[in-house]
Amino acid sequence: MAKKRENPVWGWHKKVLEKNSIVLTVGILGTVAIGGLVEIAPLFYLDTTIEEVEGVRPYSPLALMGRDVYIREGCYNCHSQMIRPLRDEVERYGHYSLAAESMYDRPFQWGSKRTGPDLARVGGKYSDEWHRDHMRDPRSVVPQSIMPPYAQLENTPLEVEVVEGRMRALARLGVPYTDEMIANAVNDIETQLDPYASDYDNFLARYPGAPVRDFDGNPDMVSELDALIAYLQILGTMVDFSTYEASADENLR
Amino acid sequence: MYDALAGFAQTWGLLFFVVIFACVLVYALWPKNQKKFDEAARVPLEDDDKPAAAEERALDEDKDKTNG
Amino acid sequence: MSALAQPKRSGFDTSAMAMTAVCLLGLVWSILAAANGADAAMRTQSWLIGAGFLFGLLAIVGIYGEGGVKTEPTEYNESVVKAGAIASMFWGVVGILVGVVIAAQLAFPALLSWDAFPQLNFGRLRPLHTSGVIFAFGGNVLIATSFYVVQRTCRTRIASDAGAWFVFWGYQFFIVIAATGYLLGITQSKEYAEPEWYADIWLTLVWVVYLLVFLVTLAKRKEPHIYVANWFYLAFIVTIAMLHVINNLAMPASLLGSRSYSAFAGVQDALTQWWYGHNAVGFFLTAGFLAIMYYFIPKRVDRPVYSYRLSIIHFWSLIFIYIWAGPHHLHYTALPEWAQTLGMTFSIMLWMPSWGGMINGLMTLSGAWDRLRTDPVVRMLVISVAFYGMSTFEGPVMSIRAVNSLSHYTDWTIGHVHSGALGWVGFISFGALYCMIPWLWKRKGMYSRALIEWHFWVATLGILLYITSMWVSGIMQGLMWRAYNSLGFLEYSFVETVEAMQPYYIIRMLGGVLYLAGALLMAWNVYKTIKGDVRHTEDVAQPQSHKIQPAE
Repeated sequence: MAKKRENPVWGWHKKVLEKNSIVLTVGILGTVAIGGLVEIAPLFYLDTTIEEVEGVRPYSPLALMGRDVYIREGCYNCHSQMIRPLRDEVERYGHYSLAAESMYDRPFQWGSKRTGPDLARVGGKYSDEWHRDHMRDPRSVVPQSIMPPYAQLENTPLEVEVVEGRMRALARLGVPYTDEMIANAVNDIETQLDPYASDYDNFLARYPGAPVRDFDGNPDMVSELDALIAYLQILGTMVDFSTYEASADENLR
Repeated sequence: MYDALAGFAQTWGLLFFVVIFACVLVYALWPKNQKKFDEAARVPLEDDDKPAAAEERALDEDKDKTNG
Repeated sequence: MSALAQPKRSGFDTSAMAMTAVCLLGLVWSILAAANGADAAMRTQSWLIGAGFLFGLLAIVGIYGEGGVKTEPTEYNESVVKAGAIASMFWGVVGILVGVVIAAQLAFPALLSWDAFPQLNFGRLRPLHTSGVIFAFGGNVLIATSFYVVQRTCRTRIASDAGAWFVFWGYQFFIVIAATGYLLGITQSKEYAEPEWYADIWLTLVWVVYLLVFLVTLAKRKEPHIYVANWFYLAFIVTIAMLHVINNLAMPASLLGSRSYSAFAGVQDALTQWWYGHNAVGFFLTAGFLAIMYYFIPKRVDRPVYSYRLSIIHFWSLIFIYIWAGPHHLHYTALPEWAQTLGMTFSIMLWMPSWGGMINGLMTLSGAWDRLRTDPVVRMLVISVAFYGMSTFEGPVMSIRAVNSLSHYTDWTIGHVHSGALGWVGFISFGALYCMIPWLWKRKGMYSRALIEWHFWVATLGILLYITSMWVSGIMQGLMWRAYNSLGFLEYSFVETVEAMQPYYIIRMLGGVLYLAGALLMAWNVYKTIKGDVRHTEDVAQPQSHKIQPAE
C-alpha cells in the first residue's frame, strides 16, 4: 500500500510538478488568448476604415426605447437584421447590410435564425396600421404566420423615465448623444409622437429623418407599441444609398 | 493599423499554429515520455475509495501500534 | 492521534467571512434595488435576489453556528457531487421540457400563445430553454463530475469544502436569477450570454472560486500525473472565464437597473459574441464533456484510454483550433472577408482533432466490445461519442461559405446543434450519471436496467426524428428562399416557406417529446436508486477500484 511513497518520481514531483497545474493553466490561457486576440483585435481599428456612408445616426429616444422592447421580447431569436450580399436576399429584403448601419447597435441585432423574415430594412415597408394589427394578432394580417401576438404592448405605458440613464450609458460608451439630446430625451419622446409639437424642428435637427407621428394611433398614451413601431420604421432607412459606392476602395474589406 | 493587424493575423497566425502543433507532436511522441503516459493512463483505474491521506493515516496507525 | 480521526470543523474562517460579506453586500444591493430600482423589471426581480442572499446568510449562520463546514481529509467530499448529480437531473428535465414547449409553440402557434402571459412567449422561453439545457443541466453535470473526477484522479479531498459548496449553490442561484430574468424580459440579447450585468458579475465570482478550488485540488494531489480529463476540465474552466468576462463587458444604464449596453458595437460586437458563442460550444459543450469521456469510458469498461499520446495531441490541437473558428457564424455578413476565411479554415481543420478524440474514445473499448451489447450505459456513452464524431463532421461542412450560404438562418443549424446537444452532450451526461449515481450512493447498480434500455432507445429515436426533420426543413427552406420562377422572380414569399415547415416542426416536437420521456424514465430510475430500491439481478455497475480483466 505504501507504493506511492516509495515512488522514485516523488521527490521530483514535489519540486516540479506541484507547479504543473499553474503551468498548465498558463499554457491553456496563452493558447486560447493569443488565438482570440490576433483574430479580434484588428476589428477594433476598423472604425477608421468603415464604409463612407451618410445618414447613420444614433436612435431617437423613442426608437431606442423601442429597441429595448424588441430586445426584451427576444425578437432576435427569430428575426435577423443582416442581409447578405446574395442575389435572392437583396431582391427579397433590399440592399445588403453595411457594417456602418449597425455601428451604434449595442449589442448588435444581426441574429442567427430566420424563423421570421429579416428585418434589417423593414422600415417603411409596412404602414403603422399594419404593424398595429400585426402586433395585436399576427394571423389577422398574415394568416400563415407563426409569430406570437404582442397585444399587451399597446396597453402598456412606456417607462419613459429610464431613457436619460440609458442614453447616458450609451454616451459613455462613445455613442454621440450630446448633453442637449439627453436633457431633451423625455420631451423628444413626446415630440416624435406629435407632428404639431412645438419642438418639432429642434427634434428633427437632433435626429434627421426620424418619422414623426402617433405610431400606435392612441394619442392618450405613450405606449410600448409606439416605441416598437418607431424602432421598426427606422430600421434600414438611415443610409442614403444614392451617395454610397460599394466598389470604392475604402469600402472594400 | 487595421491593415497591419489584419495582415499579422492572416500570416503569423498560421505560423503560430504550426509551431505549437509541432511542439505538441514532439512532446506527445517523444519515446522517453511513453512510460509516463502509460502510468497516467492508468490513473482513473487505480483510484481507491479513499484519498491517499487515508492510507497515510493507516500507516501511521500501524507504526503507532508497533511502537506501542 | 484520536483528534485526527474526528471530522474537522472549519470554524468561522476567512472564507466564511468572505461569504458573509458577499451575502450582506448582495442583500443591501437588492433592498436598494427593490426600493429604488431604475426599472420595473429590476424592482420585481430584486425581491427574489434579496431572498437568495438572505437564505445564504441564514445558511451561514446555521452552518457556522455548529462549528463550521465539516472536512475529513481521509474521505472524498461526495456530498457536493451528490447534490450536483441531483441538480443535473432536475435541470435536465426542466430544460428539455421548456424545449418541448417552444417546439410545440412553433408547430401550433395559435394554440400556445397567451395574451395574458407575455412571459411565456417564444422569444422569452427560447433563452430559458438554451440556458436551461446548456448552463443549468450541462453546467451542473460538469461541476459535479469535475469535483468527482478531480478528487479521485488526484487521490485527495477537494481543496476547500466551503468553496465547493459555494460554487454549487452560487451556480444554482445564478441559474435562478438568469431564468427568472428571461421571463421578466431581462436580457442582453446576446445568444447564450443573455443574463444581464449583475448576473454576469455573480457568475464571474462563482467561476473564480470554481477555478481556485479546482486548481488548488490539482496542486495538492497525491499522484504524480495530472490525468488528461483534468486538462480538459481546466481548459473548460479557464477559457469560459475568459470568454464570459470579455463578451459580457457592458455599461449598466443604472447601478440599480436591469439594462446594460454592450461595450462593443455592431461588427465588433458580432465578432466578440460569436467568438464567445462558438467557444461556448468548444469549451463548455466539447472540452468539458470530453473530460467526462476521458474518465467515465475508461472507468466503466475498466480499460485505460486507447492512446494517451493521442489524447495529448487531441487536447492541444482542439483548444488551439477552436478559438479561431467563431467567424464562421458570420459568413457573408458585414464582417471583413479575411476574418470569415480564417474562421472557415480553422473550422475545417477542427475536423482532425475532433475525430482523433472520437477514435480515442471509441477504441478504448477494444477488447471489450461485448459491453456494447451487455451494458446499456456503455452503449449510451459510445453512441454519444459517435454523435460527437457526426456533429463535428457536419460542423466543418457547414462552415464552408458556399454550404453556409444555404444553411445559415435555417433549421439546419438547429438540427446540427441538437445532434451535438442531444446526442453528444445529453448522452455522455446521462451515461456519466448512470455510472456515478450507484458509485456515490454505494448501490450495486441502478434500480432498473430495463429502464436504462428504454431510455436509450426512446431517446435515440427522439434524436433521429429531431435531426432528420430539421435537415429536411432547413435545406428545404434554404432552397425555397433562393428559388426563382421561369420569369426570373423569387418563387416563394417568405411566409410560404414558413407554412411549408409545419409538418417538420411537428415531427421535431415529437422527437423532443420522446427525448423528454427518456429523461423522465431516467429521473424515476435515479430516484429509486437513491432511495435504495435496487433490484439485485439488474444492472451491476463496475465497482470502484476494480482490477483489469482480460477480455472475454
